[in-house]
Amino acid sequence: MKEFGGPAFVLDRSDINTDEIIPAKYLTENSKEALAPHMLEDLKLEGFDPRAEKLRQARAIVTRGNFGCGSSREHAVWVFEKNDIDLVVGESFARIFRQNMFNCGMLAIELPREDIDAIIALGPDLTLAVDLEKNVLMAQGSHKAAFAFTLNPFDRELVRAGGWLAFADAHY
Amino acid sequence: MGQTIAEKIFAAHRRDTPTPDNVVLNLDVVLCHEITTPIAINDLVARGMDRVFDPDKIKAVIDHVTPSKDSKTATQAKIVREWAHRHRIKDFFDIGANGVCHALFPEKGFIRPGYTVIMGDSHTCTHGAFGAFAAGVGTTDLEVGILKGVCSFRHPETIKVTITGTLGNGVYAKDVILHIIKILTVNGATDKVMEFVGPVVDAMSMEARMTLCNMAIEAGATCGICLPDRVTAAYLWPFIQGDYATLDAAVADFGKWYSDADAHYAGTLAVDVAGLAPQVTHGFKPDEVMDVSALAGTRVDQVYIGSCTNGRIEDLREAAAILAGRKIAASVRGILSPATPKVYNQAMVEGIITTFMEAGFCVTNPTCGACLGMSNGVLAEGEVCASTTNRNFNGRMGKGGMVHLMSPATAAATAVTGVITDPRPFLQQAKEVKA
Ligand code: SF4
Repeated sequence: MKEFGGPAFVLDRSDINTDEIIPAKYLTENSKEALAPHMLEDLKLEGFDPRAEKLRQARAIVTRGNFGCGSSREHAVWVFEKNDIDLVVGESFARIFRQNMFNCGMLAIELPREDIDAIIALGPDLTLAVDLEKNVLMAQGSHKAAFAFTLNPFDRELVRAGGWLAFADAHY
Repeated sequence: MGQTIAEKIFAAHRRDTPTPDNVVLNLDVVLCHEITTPIAINDLVARGMDRVFDPDKIKAVIDHVTPSKDSKTATQAKIVREWAHRHRIKDFFDIGANGVCHALFPEKGFIRPGYTVIMGDSHTCTHGAFGAFAAGVGTTDLEVGILKGVCSFRHPETIKVTITGTLGNGVYAKDVILHIIKILTVNGATDKVMEFVGPVVDAMSMEARMTLCNMAIEAGATCGICLPDRVTAAYLWPFIQGDYATLDAAVADFGKWYSDADAHYAGTLAVDVAGLAPQVTHGFKPDEVMDVSALAGTRVDQVYIGSCTNGRIEDLREAAAILAGRKIAASVRGILSPATPKVYNQAMVEGIITTFMEAGFCVTNPTCGACLGMSNGVLAEGEVCASTTNRNFNGRMGKGGMVHLMSPATAAATAVTGVITDPRPFLQQAKEVKA
């Protein structure tokens, strides 16, 4: 199975919506690649700069609750995919966003608030690694910590298959 | 144990249970528009899988940006147009016949009680007003829907929302749903179906029920759903009269979808709307809702009436009742986008278009328009819009713009004064003039 993780970027706010992840004006693009430069362009977050070098290097996002709420646009997942971010760890996700992540064979992991607090407390130099066999998220920052997570069995199937289209084509 | 309406629809459409908590459903309708479908089409073509599971069960429209505003949106429309022709999708609605998807498709009778419906659009929950399970999905789900006619969902846990009391004059379905979202918050119904029941829902027209279900997603819900009854049957009658001997027979048949008395609910919410004031959002989240009085006097630059939430004929009538014989404030740009050609035409017949125009509104063709700031009606930095749409997200109607969501009546009253205004005194005056 694919490896998930790498340097992580923290978006410490709840209810980040898909308009903030990729503004509607870019929905006229007919290729996923064209979205890449516009990731999180309209995000309202104190001190956040969408052009930050750290964000460009990130391979994972850590965030709070109800991430990806709002529109159904899968563009919000593709913009991460095209920036080589295929892991989002948060307290909770909006249904469509979460489903879009797994449909693309990407990973959306839910952890309780205390765990997200603990990950954020590891400081800005944060690296995540996922062990999909043991269901453990390893976080390395000011020190090391490990967090157990659960994955819906079907979502795991989708990650294994490389997405919903591949799964559906094989089964239906 | 009994079942909810959503569970009954799931049971009737179950194709597979790949893991215990997921159900793959057969789909009755797959709806498409030009924003989320082109990438699905391109991907299917690139994979050598350019097929559709059933051209009669796929419905497509160009609605978000129409007429096309630039070569990119023209290309999006072209991709959908050519694909529809290539696969003989006969229910394809192009300019001249097009309108906002969630207003147009129900109007054509495509949505029936007990149906499963998906679309690459979050406000697909609107169609639950017909007693259907209708969910917004992403492009990959849409792609699989187009190709295979299936979609995967988690078990549909349901929140039962019972709405009682009597709506006051000048208070509408929009105010009710804003009030409910305020209570539930933006993720209070995530992964759940919201089942709307009670005397207030029973008394609502299909248009009002669509407004109610339209914003279920703003509380995170997968679908809003109403039990299909006589109102539903009467609305659908032109399309179903071949299937049933009488309207009564249709109503009786719809009863098979009703939630059982002993059905299990994940939660319940009782809402008494007696004394509910018109509701208006502030801030950038749809659960940031206040009574109109709290925001009264807030200056606006633009008033937008339209969208899949409130661009139907009843909405236009409600606004026109306030605009009749009045002019909008000189400081305000008023924009009306009737949601469909049928709505537009009916509004012309009833003189509503004239009322709007004489009041100083610009009337556009049926389109999503200003709702998502992709074509016309975009706000400049620092501008404020009173809008009958469903999202007040930061930047939604233009970068640096501010959107206050409200009912068509409140929007119309606001247009007249130029500041957020309670519509009720206006309706009172209208009544006195009539008397
Ligand atoms: S009117 Fe607005 S919310 Fe409705 S489908 Fe169009 S863009 Fe989406």
